[in-house]
Amino acid sequence: MAESNIISPENLVYEKTSVMTDRILHYCPGCGHGTAHRMLAEAIDELGIQGDTIGVAPVGCSVLAYYYFDVDMQEAAHGRAPAVATGIKRMLPERYVFTYQGDGDLAAIGTAETIHACNRGENILIVFINNGIYGMTGGQMAPTTLPGMKTSTSPRGRDVATMGNPLKITELVAELPGTYFVTRQSVHAPANARKAKRAMKKALEYQKLKKGTCFIEIVSNCPSGWKMTPAQSNKWMEENMFPFYPLGDIKVPEQ
Amino acid sequence: MTEEIIIAGFGGQGVLSMGQIICYSGVMQGKEVSWMPSYGPEMRGGTANCTAIISDEQISSPVLNRFDTAIVLNQPSMDKFEDAVKPGGLLIYEENGMTRKPRRTDINICSIAAYDESVKMNNTKVFNMIVIGGFLKVRPIIELENVIKGLKKVLPDRYHHLIPLNEEAIHKGMEIVKEEQAVKK
Amino acid sequence: MKELRLMKGNEALAEAAIRAGADAYFGYPITPQSEVIEYLMRENPADRTGMQVLQAESEVAAINMVYGAAGCGKRAMTSSSSPGISLKMEGISYIAGAELPCVVVNVVRAGPGLGTIQPSQSDYFQAVKGGGHGDYKLIVLAPATVQESVDYVKLAFELAFKYRNPVMILSDGIIGQMMEKVELFEQMPRSTEEYEWATLGKKPGKDSVIVTSLQLQSEEQEKVNLRLQAKYREVEKNEVRFETYACEDAEYLFAAFGSCARITRKALDMARAKGIKVGIIRPQTLYPFPVDEINRLAGQVKGILTVEMNAGQMVEDVRLAVNGKTPVEFYGRFGGMIPTPDEILKALEQKIIGG
Repeated sequence: MAESNIISPENLVYEKTSVMTDRILHYCPGCGHGTAHRMLAEAIDELGIQGDTIGVAPVGCSVLAYYYFDVDMQEAAHGRAPAVATGIKRMLPERYVFTYQGDGDLAAIGTAETIHACNRGENILIVFINNGIYGMTGGQMAPTTLPGMKTSTSPRGRDVATMGNPLKITELVAELPGTYFVTRQSVHAPANARKAKRAMKKALEYQKLKKGTCFIEIVSNCPSGWKMTPAQSNKWMEENMFPFYPLGDIKVPEQ
Repeated sequence: MTEEIIIAGFGGQGVLSMGQIICYSGVMQGKEVSWMPSYGPEMRGGTANCTAIISDEQISSPVLNRFDTAIVLNQPSMDKFEDAVKPGGLLIYEENGMTRKPRRTDINICSIAAYDESVKMNNTKVFNMIVIGGFLKVRPIIELENVIKGLKKVLPDRYHHLIPLNEEAIHKGMEIVKEEQAVKK
Repeated sequence: MKELRLMKGNEALAEAAIRAGADAYFGYPITPQSEVIEYLMRENPADRTGMQVLQAESEVAAINMVYGAAGCGKRAMTSSSSPGISLKMEGISYIAGAELPCVVVNVVRAGPGLGTIQPSQSDYFQAVKGGGHGDYKLIVLAPATVQESVDYVKLAFELAFKYRNPVMILSDGIIGQMMEKVELFEQMPRSTEEYEWATLGKKPGKDSVIVTSLQLQSEEQEKVNLRLQAKYREVEKNEVRFETYACEDAEYLFAAFGSCARITRKALDMARAKGIKVGIIRPQTLYPFPVDEINRLAGQVKGILTVEMNAGQMVEDVRLAVNGKTPVEFYGRFGGMIPTPDEILKALEQKIIGG
């Protein structure tokens, strides 16, 4: 049987969501960004809100996220995505607005914008990718870098006495009255990715109810920055990141 | 006609609103006006001042270093602005709390016991209106009816019942202002 | 119907924003401009026009909220005073880079650093040379009266959308705090225009809209810069605004802007009374700068005195415009001090006439 014969609609088992463009992702092999993008795009697709969604890209590895999500997007200055999203949402309250930010962007330079957008209860979705390292700039220490973890700016391992402690910003925003749904997920295995997508869908549905900020942390990997193979990095993440950043819902709406 | 006025005193004496009332009244009389406050920390209890200019012509500079009239309501203000009065100009000072008399001999000087009068009227809030009365007696640049119109404009409706009291205070000020020194202009 | 009111510069400017059909104001309190956000909060324009007002957590957040709103094609404004404007500069650079329209008001106070809250013009360089990082320009309007504070808000939005560029209104503590008679223009409707460059939600069959100032390829970034420069040449060609007074027979010339031009005007009247034939040019747009008019007048007068409330900033642009045709001198006070008409007249007599 010729190869071309099996390419037909009835044999289709997987199709890329139309909410992602055809551009080739620039992310390193094994990086979690691609899967996280796809889960969010599929959530938008399944809710049928592609034309009603506006995203905000950060500064960091996912700075070019606007090339991959096929929705209208704005590129924010480093750390300012929640403020930009606030401006958008206040102008277009019926649109679905999300930010997609890394740990340096969200939990270091953008801490004030993150905390205050959450505290105001802006009706936006914040997707927070936490891999404990600055990927784009070449593997420097992040606010979420684990104690003892080696990076290019903590070459002997993060010394909490001088470099401070990793910031559990997700637990922090969960304490704020403005947040409605706060959860920590991962996308490193199919079951986890599906769960993350369900959380994203739920968050976007909540946004319609105007109940406050939804905040989804994705604990992720960085094979290049961590200097590991993709498989090693996932294993290291499970063994080291998950104990410190345990997966699961942190704040769920009262039923 | 151009009258360049500095009003200075403690924060809380109604210095800034006095300037505003004069300006609103000037607008009612069809004049060009400008009001410029001192602003900042001194507003909170320290000294405050404002420049009010009433003119028939377009006003150039809203900030000045020499004035036709200085209304000074405390000693620091007298110390600061006595010398800023143009020769032949006018200095009006509140008697209460002053530790010395003005020294200039080339300007007109009037005093007013506005604070004591406001106590007699059982309402120290009209203190600044008494001072305005005194000023308008000596420098009748605005008609009283336009001051009342101006007051109506400045005060929210809920305070309009206080306008007769303010008018009374203006009249009192006109009565009690004392000429202490007169020079030819 | 046009309305005549006695208003503070800051409050009049805030009212003008509502009347100009602004969609949003994002700000943070700082002296001497806090009356802008206070007035807006008191006035509650959401009820009048639907305009949204939000007190942000910082000047940085405020300008980025402006970015977000402007990216949706909305008429967004922020205001601050000098230290706060420095904080906004990152966002302003991004807005210029992403070619978004917005209005930024700087009610200038003296610096450097925390400086003083008293009036100054010491942010001239920051305003007219771009201010933030990268090759860009702001259109800069300098009101000298409360009336102009009102009229320039309307003009600023027009220019911002005409050129898709941030416009700065460079006011100062004097104009912001003083009260003057002002004629308010009629309420304009908020725009319902859906710009094709705005993120409003992807339209079926159309490419998604991306608002960004990022071009990783140098070839692409240079194209952006060339486009910006071409735009600035258009601005320079079309938008120069200035006012001259008593220049017809002038043998000497004052150059001053904003509130300082009014003080200088008083010095001019005093000089004329003494028989000194002096005129004044007051640039109303600081960028684009009235280069041609100053150059023309330079051919007529024996000398130019630039008067500013800073250590000498606009004087550099005056000298470039004059290009050596006639002597250019400077007189200024700074640190929140305001030059007096007497001082200015004395400077004219000593530095220009006697010099």
